[in-house]
Amino acid sequence: MGDTPGNLKQTPLHALHVELGGKMVPFAGYEMPVQFKGVLAEHIHVREAAGLFDVSHMGQAFIIGPDHDTSAKFLETLVPGDILGLAPGGMRYSMLLAEDGGILDDLMITRAGSEDYAGWIYVVVNAACKDADFAHICAALPEGLELDIADSKALLALQGPKAVEVLANLAPEAGELSFMNGKRMEIAGIEGCIVSRSGYTGEDGFEISVPGDEAENLARMLLESPDVEPIGLGARDSLRLEAGLCLYGHDIDRATTPVEAALTWAIGKRRREEGGFPGADKILGQISDGAPRKRVGLVFEDRAPAREGAKILSEAGDEIGAVTSGTFGPSVGAPVAMGYVAKEFAKADTPVGVDVRGKVRAAKVSKMPFISKRYQK
Amino acid sequence: MTMKYTEDHEWVRAEGGEATIGISPYAAEQLGDVVYVELPDLGKSYKAGDEAATVESVKAASEVYSPVSGEITAVNDALEGNPALVNESADGEGWFFKIKLANEGELAKLMDEAAYKEFVAGLE
Repeated sequence: MGDTPGNLKQTPLHALHVELGGKMVPFAGYEMPVQFKGVLAEHIHVREAAGLFDVSHMGQAFIIGPDHDTSAKFLETLVPGDILGLAPGGMRYSMLLAEDGGILDDLMITRAGSEDYAGWIYVVVNAACKDADFAHICAALPEGLELDIADSKALLALQGPKAVEVLANLAPEAGELSFMNGKRMEIAGIEGCIVSRSGYTGEDGFEISVPGDEAENLARMLLESPDVEPIGLGARDSLRLEAGLCLYGHDIDRATTPVEAALTWAIGKRRREEGGFPGADKILGQISDGAPRKRVGLVFEDRAPAREGAKILSEAGDEIGAVTSGTFGPSVGAPVAMGYVAKEFAKADTPVGVDVRGKVRAAKVSKMPFISKRYQK
Repeated sequence: MTMKYTEDHEWVRAEGGEATIGISPYAAEQLGDVVYVELPDLGKSYKAGDEAATVESVKAASEVYSPVSGEITAVNDALEGNPALVNESADGEGWFFKIKLANEGELAKLMDEAAYKEFVAGLE
């Protein structure tokens, strides 16, 4: 990014990260902890107990309109998800799309749960894209709607099998949430939190929007539990990769469509019938005729991890695509990767080769996630 | 039997015409958890400065250069099943390979422990 430490932003938890021994690195314009005890140990801890992540660098905002239908119909002009059909408190994964069907960003969209906030839709977007995303949304806003950028709020993620027990201790209501639902609530006296049962690890867990000046207080309360450890961006990446989840700017970007990215599931049935989202012609065409390439998972025979940019080869040795994310999967106990291959090679178990620094390693196309997801339904 | 170091954070311990090579505890700490080490083939010859091995951590791949010239006489097979040895014991059980020294004079060009310590201190 070319950022010098001098102009990096800090989240409200910066001092706590430093106190806890976090190794701070520049990430998307912020100084963020890449690890505390070590990526492997942190990764395993999240899968076995619970981990606390600071994701306050992400962009939070509210689209505010007179009622849900008005706000949802507006958002549906920018994303292919069924937003109109969200029940109160319902949450969806979707994408901001460009006119040619390319992905501008991926985001989480939550309909307000209570009547007091009718017409409010809460969105969370990626840190590196947030300024552009909010400008894009603002430019499209019709009369009567507004975008409220919630940059004074922090965002924490509590992930892992013990997350529910830990959070329900402080906020019993949180334990009642079902997967992909969110709600405004008070947590141990902290007002104005938005808690959703969601995450980026493949585990059960929560994402918690909290007023910035209460973030450290909340983080300390969560960390009081012996089950909870602070987790850095390193483990966040290996956890999401094992869960088969995309990282914007790597696995999806302006040059990939949702169909190529194997995210067709995020395009609602009604939206497929009605269209009306950016790039609909191209995307609906790809849904019916197939896309020229597809995002797939890759598993390997040996332990050398393939990294972003590694070429994917057919058995005949022809280049058929490239790796977009790859690492050693601590829970899988082997390298895992995702990348794009020409459509004829996209079927699970197709043998391929991956050029890892000049040596072709035997690999196989794999279904994702690489681990069994344990979302609480 | 003294330890010598390179600016790329390899260490060399020479004894009786043979040198053992690994990466320094500082390098291992910087890399983070090591998950894979690609070792050279036995019998292969390298010149000082040639890339001879690769160490992969959870974060990235890094090349390991042979600090001295010669022929590979042994590789640390234990790293295959337990690459974490590099983190646990970078200058002991986590060694990478042994080389039959072609030119013992090359050792004189490397840093001794005090010089390496100073070099690392300058990086922080």
